[in-house]
Amino acid sequence: MPEYTKLIHRYLRHDKKFPHIWCPGCGNGILLGAMIRAIDRLGYDKDEVAVISGIGCSSRLPVYVDFNTMHTTHGRALTFATGVKLANPSLNVIVIMGDGDAIAIGGNHFIHAARRNLNITAVIMNNSIYGMTGGQYSPTTPYGAYASTAPYRNIEHAFSISELAVCSGAVFVGRGTVYHVRLLDRLIEQACAKRGFSVVEVLTHCHVQYGRRNELGGPVEMMKMHKENAVKVEDAAKMSPKELEGKFTIGVLADREKPIYNQEYQAIRDRAAREAEGKE
Amino acid sequence: MAEKRRKKASPRLLMGNEAVVEAALAVGCTFFAGYPITPSTEIAELLARRLPQAGGTFIQMEDEIASLGAVIGASIAGAKAMTATSGPGFSLMQENIGYAIVAEVPCVIVNVMRGGPSSGLPTMPEQGDVMQARWGTHGDHLMIVLAASTVRDSFDVTVRAFNLAEKFRTPVIVLSDETVAHTREKVVLPEKDEVVVVERPRPQVPPEWYIPYEDTPSGVPAMARWGQGYRNHVTGLIHDIRGFPTQRPDEIAHFKSRLTRKIIQHIGEITWVEEYFLDSAEVAVVAYGSVFRSALSAVREARKAGVKAGLLKLVTLFPFPDEEIKRLAKKSSLIVVPELNQGQIAREVERAARGLCSVERLGRIDGRLIGPKEIIELLTEVSHA
Repeated sequence: MPEYTKLIHRYLRHDKKFPHIWCPGCGNGILLGAMIRAIDRLGYDKDEVAVISGIGCSSRLPVYVDFNTMHTTHGRALTFATGVKLANPSLNVIVIMGDGDAIAIGGNHFIHAARRNLNITAVIMNNSIYGMTGGQYSPTTPYGAYASTAPYRNIEHAFSISELAVCSGAVFVGRGTVYHVRLLDRLIEQACAKRGFSVVEVLTHCHVQYGRRNELGGPVEMMKMHKENAVKVEDAAKMSPKELEGKFTIGVLADREKPIYNQEYQAIRDRAAREAEGKE
Repeated sequence: MAEKRRKKASPRLLMGNEAVVEAALAVGCTFFAGYPITPSTEIAELLARRLPQAGGTFIQMEDEIASLGAVIGASIAGAKAMTATSGPGFSLMQENIGYAIVAEVPCVIVNVMRGGPSSGLPTMPEQGDVMQARWGTHGDHLMIVLAASTVRDSFDVTVRAFNLAEKFRTPVIVLSDETVAHTREKVVLPEKDEVVVVERPRPQVPPEWYIPYEDTPSGVPAMARWGQGYRNHVTGLIHDIRGFPTQRPDEIAHFKSRLTRKIIQHIGEITWVEEYFLDSAEVAVVAYGSVFRSALSAVREARKAGVKAGLLKLVTLFPFPDEEIKRLAKKSSLIVVPELNQGQIAREVERAARGLCSVERLGRIDGRLIGPKEIIELLTEVSHA
């Protein structure tokens, strides 16, 4: 057994809840591995980690990992995570969401979580489709693509999750793919280590619900597309708009400092207690 | 010391919403998440000031869905948590109320009822959300719903709501209304050491023996606090005793019947009704919320006029006090149910009375309160008939 497999097994609830529900060839398992490797490198104790998700294929991830885990309501994972982090700031909170989960039904929570800047890491598995419910178009389904609810083609325009996160004030934003695994490991590690609201958008494939309808092939072909169309942020800076057509950037899109909510609120508590004392 | 005690026990001029805040702090609430909405907003405003003084946390979320999400998250992480809202916000909370039921997360939701449906009458009282409180979230479930009738009630009912939520690991809904919330009256609140405080059951076994949703004699499983080695899974999916999703019929039935049993088995403890002049009554009024006060006044007046009237005040609306109503129906010729809706509790009273006496509805839906006069008229008219 390779060393990294042994490592992953140390963090799985393999005696409790397997087999998992993901389709053969799904990219979600790659993210699962990346997340565990990042947590292991950061040296977090299992008890110090909370993994919270919404609803969807990606959101089943917490069931399989041996941390404090919560599978919440659709789109609302960040709101539950907000309560957890405020009530127990010593927990390292990682929120796993899908594209529809995070930015359609949960879009409002997403932008406000980014603005508020709690020390939480949001990982969004973007497979451009609602997989669990059977291939309906999501806010990241490309214009013109087919979906079970867009049988004549999608006429809506896709969101860029990472750019939304940057504009909303996330202090760290990274985009990776399940093909670029080493970059993904690094991005998740950086995001968890970052003090403040950090976002990692993970482009992945749903060959079953999205690839099949759009004749994109199986997991191998779809991962190849990620390989060929991804451009490192650093390289993209040197390329012309024409060269960047049909491409997407991967790497660190934002890394900046902002006071974090828990610290700010502690200052509020101190002031409130001082003022209350002064009154008496 | 003695001076301080006297100072604390002195009467205060408070409104219902303020009494809710005093109660929450007295019973150990350390977390509030909410969204501004009339007529509940004073609860949020006051807690924004008071909670950080006590080392707690107040947060204003982006909407009421998020508010209850944060409350549930905080409760799972170990805090006593609450939110407060009104009609439209209460509608938005319904999904996460169901989550708190299934995941068995203690929390208190105060709904200061205003006129509805929709934006309705934001500054006027109505008791239109009674059945929404009972059945608002989807799926077959039980719900604990308490109603506050006065400012002092707002305190006691909020304390009780927290204690029931913690003891039975379930969301508890407190129904206040615009009149109760904004009426200022003189009250003497109990001192902090007089307030009964109940904590949620905690695991008494080491983590490796802990079964998160194991059945117990009370039907309430022990709730671990995150970060202390128990590392359990929490989900809104129907789950097995270990907390993991299941589709096995035996496990589904076991789980759902336990959720029912943990409430029904303790119905005597959960049921809170108050009797006024019922010993010698022939006609009875059943009232709750702001209407209670008019009802009490009406009963007193009616008795002066020779009508043998009595009053049953409902604090626990759900689980509905079937037995108490049945007993009342057996010894009364008539039950009058005045309420600010078109008969939401009256229908329950009719059901529970099982035809043992007649039940008269007195509904008012014009944004105004029911006064004692309307009730007296009905009592005298029917008892003279």
